[in-house]
Amino acid sequence: MGEKLLKVENLCIDYKVKDGYLSAVNNVNFELRRGEILAIVGESGCGKSTVAHSLLQLLAGGNAKVTGKAIFNDRNLLELKRQEIEKVRGREIGMIFQNPLDSLNPVYTTGWQVAEGIELDGVSKEEAWKRVIELYKDVKMPDAESRAKSFPHELSGGMRQRVMIAMMLARRPELLIADEPTTALDVTIEAQILRIIKALRDDFDTAVMMITHNFGLVAEVADFVVVMYAGHVVETGTVFDIFDEPKHPYTSLLMKALPRIKKTEGRLQTIDGSVPRITGDFVGCRFANRCPYATEQCRTQEPPLVQVSGTHSYSCFREGGDK
Amino acid sequence: MNQSPIKEFFTSCYKNVNFMIGFIMVLSVIVVAIFANQIAPYGYDAADPTSILLAPSGEHLFGTDNMGRDLFSRIVYGTRITLQVALIGAGLQLVIGVTLGLLSGYFGGPLDKGLTFLADLTYCIPGLIMALAVVTIIGSGLTNAIIAISIVNWASYTRMVRAKTMSIRNQAFIETGISFGESSRSIMFRYILPNIVPVIIVTVSMQLPGTIMSTTTLSFLGVGSMPPSPDWGLMVSESIDYIARGPWMCIFPGLALVYTVFGFNILGEGLRDLLDVRMKSQ
Amino acid sequence: MKENAKNETFVHDPENVIELDHLKKYFTVNKGKLKGGKQYVKAVDDVTLNIKAGEIVGLVGESGSGKTTLARVILNLTKPTDSHVVFDGVNLSHATKKQMKDFRTEVAVVFQDPASNLNPRETVESSIMRPLIIHGMKKAEAKERARKSLELVKMDERYLYSYPHQLSGGQLQRIAIARALVLDPKVMILDEPTSALDISVQAQVLNLLLELQEKMHLTYLVITHDLNVIRYISDKIAVMYLGRLVEYGPTDDVIENPKHPYTRGLMSASPILNPHDRDKEKYIMGGEPGSLIHLPKGCHFNPRCPYAGERCMQETPENVYLSDSHQVTCFMYDEKGVGEKVSEEKEVSAE
Repeated sequence: MGEKLLKVENLCIDYKVKDGYLSAVNNVNFELRRGEILAIVGESGCGKSTVAHSLLQLLAGGNAKVTGKAIFNDRNLLELKRQEIEKVRGREIGMIFQNPLDSLNPVYTTGWQVAEGIELDGVSKEEAWKRVIELYKDVKMPDAESRAKSFPHELSGGMRQRVMIAMMLARRPELLIADEPTTALDVTIEAQILRIIKALRDDFDTAVMMITHNFGLVAEVADFVVVMYAGHVVETGTVFDIFDEPKHPYTSLLMKALPRIKKTEGRLQTIDGSVPRITGDFVGCRFANRCPYATEQCRTQEPPLVQVSGTHSYSCFREGGDK
Repeated sequence: MNQSPIKEFFTSCYKNVNFMIGFIMVLSVIVVAIFANQIAPYGYDAADPTSILLAPSGEHLFGTDNMGRDLFSRIVYGTRITLQVALIGAGLQLVIGVTLGLLSGYFGGPLDKGLTFLADLTYCIPGLIMALAVVTIIGSGLTNAIIAISIVNWASYTRMVRAKTMSIRNQAFIETGISFGESSRSIMFRYILPNIVPVIIVTVSMQLPGTIMSTTTLSFLGVGSMPPSPDWGLMVSESIDYIARGPWMCIFPGLALVYTVFGFNILGEGLRDLLDVRMKSQ
Repeated sequence: MKENAKNETFVHDPENVIELDHLKKYFTVNKGKLKGGKQYVKAVDDVTLNIKAGEIVGLVGESGSGKTTLARVILNLTKPTDSHVVFDGVNLSHATKKQMKDFRTEVAVVFQDPASNLNPRETVESSIMRPLIIHGMKKAEAKERARKSLELVKMDERYLYSYPHQLSGGQLQRIAIARALVLDPKVMILDEPTSALDISVQAQVLNLLLELQEKMHLTYLVITHDLNVIRYISDKIAVMYLGRLVEYGPTDDVIENPKHPYTRGLMSASPILNPHDRDKEKYIMGGEPGSLIHLPKGCHFNPRCPYAGERCMQETPENVYLSDSHQVTCFMYDEKGVGEKVSEEKEVSAE
């Protein structure tokens, strides 16, 4: 196991709204080591993207209140000044997004944009261009040289995501945050991109934080998994802990809701109800209104953290979780 | 909980300053127009040869003109003409613009190409010159002036409606409608039209001030309203010869025009903000 | 379009509700006179496909494979360029007004985006009632039917008076299904019905669809890119690649024993939902899905195919029937084979 790279402690993010505070993320804790792939997984609105964006101080609008710590290389990312965090972005922590077209400037060639990042480190133009071609080959871009001279709109979605990865690779960051990196791509391209991300981890010992709603990706590449629900971490563990022995009722229902069977073999589990609106004065377990095992206690008290093993923990009152 | 979109819209109107100010200004013009008989102390064409070009005073609030008519009364009656221009002008442009825009955006093809070409063509010719040309052909008079302005202005409505129609016609609910048997007519009027109403309202309120101005200009140039009509444009044009001796003859109709046009302008501004926010939240 | 491949021997089989025989849909792109005038986009090219009543057929393919265009042709939202859609024995290209009206009541559609599936200016009730009103039902009766239809998709009556923007994605999708069902259709076409939904909601919608299908003996054509969903609900799978149908057969056969090289690549690229399978040897198909405008000569799949031979570069493969219900479009399965293998380096350069 590699050395500890990122430690997030008691991260809370509240949004100011008309009638008080909306709790988007509450008391999130997790760790990430070098060479590890961590997946933060959850359904829409669970706060997974908010967590990732808060680490690089990328939350839009001024109405988010962030508390807690995110220690990255002995510094608290949440407290860095603007110039300091700008140095961290790209150089130490790289980020790729769901829609690469939004992240690329349409009026410059993609190679030029990648080279720009390299030149920031004091490399000459010719050197930088050579590096770009190498990087394009690293990310398995077909026709690397001609593609480097293409504009973003001339490339397919998969190629654009490769450009983003190359751009990120150029600075060789220690941590890569991938926010739904393959959601907009076809499955065959998704498989190629995942292979590149895995190779990155193997070759450079990069840590990867993958934000996704797709359990297929999690099963495919993640080492550790953080399951979020309505701004809470409900369960963390190795990918095998989560898939083989889910403890929290939400995780375990979700596992049965995944379409892994044929209709002749049974029906998928469904979870009725919907995510509650969590305001400042919300008490109890956030899953209580949809949980088949919810008791009075769940509605009035915050559930405790139960440690199953060194890597596996969940937060629920039920002993033994969903059994 | 089941508030209709219309109710939601009205509750948000109170909070928009532009909208409220504009609304009050336009409303005041409308009230004056409706109660003109009660408000005006004299008739609009009541000439009094004994009181020619009197300065504003208690008896004649805005003074009198070269024929001894009370300016205040004339301006009060003039609101009726202005609103008439706004109403008929907007209605005419709306009917032409929306119909052509819907047809052009929905069916596309050669019809769309033809209409777009026509719209581009009208854009190329300076509006006033074209309006003058039209009035020369169909004859002068207020109604003809309004028609002329509508012929000049239809293109901006058509463009707006066409663009919006094209973006909506590709949405799933349109195709679903066709798939269960909706006719083209009901797709256009039941599905597309209600969804472009906000755009239409905004376009109308942005175009109205221009329509009023242009028609007034035609009257000023002598091809719109005919004397003794209390048309503000006409009043200004009549004042030219007396500008040194009775500047109020020119100032007050001008101010009335500015007030009305400004009212419509910020009402439109406010409406655009309101409706745009709503469109985003959807 | 000179090579008119219309099959003169076409006969309607009463078991089939949808029959496509060498169906084509080309779009013209105007490239401008200087660049050589018109060009065709062969969105649907030579598709032969029969759907039996009561079947759930899954249609899979990557973006640009023409699957949505195929659905739009079947729905008669756009006319085919060549050949016809035969629905319940009626050729839609020559249907009378009355037949067309009936067709409109017998096929319903649900699209992917829950937010744009309903008219934002109408209440749920009036959206659901609309199809009934068009087909001449009285208002009071239509109201009653709308209520029942909403019950069918397990939603409370109080939602009848809601507007679409007040509802969640899952609710909207169920309402879209309720509206689709209100005319008592035979066939439902579902275009990515769950891909915008969360997993827990996706499970609800899929289960609902299965339940309704059993209860009302519906036929489904489900278009999706999610193979796990397809495996769960469908009886047969049709795979499209760049406008052509490459494989069509029973779900188990296609998933466990895919015949076409493309199907094989697609199956192994599809995300597994079990971390224990992650280290299994996997064939990852290289290359990009390609574009419909610059189609390769011969078999459309030849630039990405590891088995491509001389013949694949020159000729277009025809449908080969491996059994009654399993068809594949590849030279590997006809007597002459793929011909001389062109080169080994292709696989490398494509990756």
